[in-house]
Amino acid sequence: MSYLADVATLARKDLRLELRARDTLPAMLLFVVSTLVVFHFALPAGADEMAAHGLLWVALIFTALLGLARAWAPERESGALEGLVLAPCDRSAIWLGKSLAVLVFLVAVQVVALPAFAAFFAPVGWETVAGVALASVGICTVGTLLAAMAAASRTRELILPLLFLPLAIPLVVGGVGASVSSEPLEFLAFLGLYDALFAILCWASFEYVVSE
Amino acid sequence: MSTSSPNNSLPKSRVPALAAAAAGLVGLAIFFAFFVAPEDADQGISQRIFYFHVPIALTAYACFGWGAWKALQHLRGKGERYDLESYVAVHMGTIFGSLTLLTGSIWAKASWGHWWLWEEDQLVLFLVLFLFYSAYFMLRFSIDEGPRRANISAVYALFGVVLVPVSFLAIRLAENVIHPTVFTREGPQMTGTMFLTFCIAWLAITTLAYALYRVELLGKRLDANLRELREALS
Amino acid sequence: MSSGEKYVAAAYGVVFLMVLVYVVIIAAKLARLERETAELAELARRRQADD
Repeated sequence: MSYLADVATLARKDLRLELRARDTLPAMLLFVVSTLVVFHFALPAGADEMAAHGLLWVALIFTALLGLARAWAPERESGALEGLVLAPCDRSAIWLGKSLAVLVFLVAVQVVALPAFAAFFAPVGWETVAGVALASVGICTVGTLLAAMAAASRTRELILPLLFLPLAIPLVVGGVGASVSSEPLEFLAFLGLYDALFAILCWASFEYVVSE
Repeated sequence: MSTSSPNNSLPKSRVPALAAAAAGLVGLAIFFAFFVAPEDADQGISQRIFYFHVPIALTAYACFGWGAWKALQHLRGKGERYDLESYVAVHMGTIFGSLTLLTGSIWAKASWGHWWLWEEDQLVLFLVLFLFYSAYFMLRFSIDEGPRRANISAVYALFGVVLVPVSFLAIRLAENVIHPTVFTREGPQMTGTMFLTFCIAWLAITTLAYALYRVELLGKRLDANLRELREALS
Repeated sequence: MSSGEKYVAAAYGVVFLMVLVYVVIIAAKLARLERETAELAELARRRQADD
């Protein structure tokens, strides 16, 4: 049970840091709303609801990228990552704690983004919300690990999108499919599969990403 | 098999023989593809592209799988050589993947008149994989050499093989909803001779890929040995 | 050549070209290796002369 306690402590630490610093989350919120507005101007006149749903996912993915780029910043700036890695806790707990914190950020963004989208473009059904929820799990698990990889690279902010976007493609397919298709359950099940598979992979491989 | 054993009598490298075998098999495959296999009734001569295109695609998958296997061996601490072998395998996979995209695009143009078809699941999958593995190289070259780079590359290679089935499923799902299927094509119904030609071509391309893999590994190990020599001498 | 034949030729030609490009890369690598081993041989000769 101390594993879960470690995870909770780490997640709480990140959330407390953000509560005090208040830099990442407001930026993400502003970014997602700005993006949606840009999309309104980017969509040609006759574009239908379906195209708008697609763009919602583009907005969510890129806002997540914005947040993920800063996900390991506190550890990097204070050199704390090496310390955490040496700590007696299981390394995968570091990943899980950070992913949970990122998930909270994502949910906070979506609480603003979805109503904004509903107001600007088209009503948001339960399938979209379910799709967003499931995809968020995938984004935070995979994204957190990839962000840790990017942190080890010289080209940090530059490389994270390159790493993240190919892996995000199935999430976009699942999410958009859930919103627009006549069989949303198929796509939601697919998102669940993605989440399960990649969560296990991330959990098992994180310690190799941060250790020498 | 290896040319880097420490004793004085180094075993003779099998790579030249391997390369010769690859050359022979590819020649045989070309002969079969153009002179033995019958012309396809529906698609005409452009169907012959299939004899190379599909084996190249299958070989690319095999290379990525091989790279992931080597990556796993590396992470399990089995030895120093696995990082390099994983990298070279992924490199081969990317080259053959690019070839898949090129030949597939030409085949699409020949069959349907378009250089790109979102309906072609395999093409789209390879596009996603190409993006993914290109990022592998950018990641690898932006980290300084060392255990960290090796570990991260290995984990990323593992992500790749999980991505293959997941992406394929996603593309299949997307096809019916996101992009309506306009062109449909049944898989080629192959006669006996066609199947034989296909098998020869598949064997040829696989051998070619393995020969290229071994040649590249040879080159990289040469580089490493030379570096050691240089350090020892200066 | 009919257009079908042109495409087949293009597809096989692309594969052939890739292999030839590979030969070029190997040739360049060999040239570099030759230079490096020559340097190392020189270093070894100097070492022997010093001993």
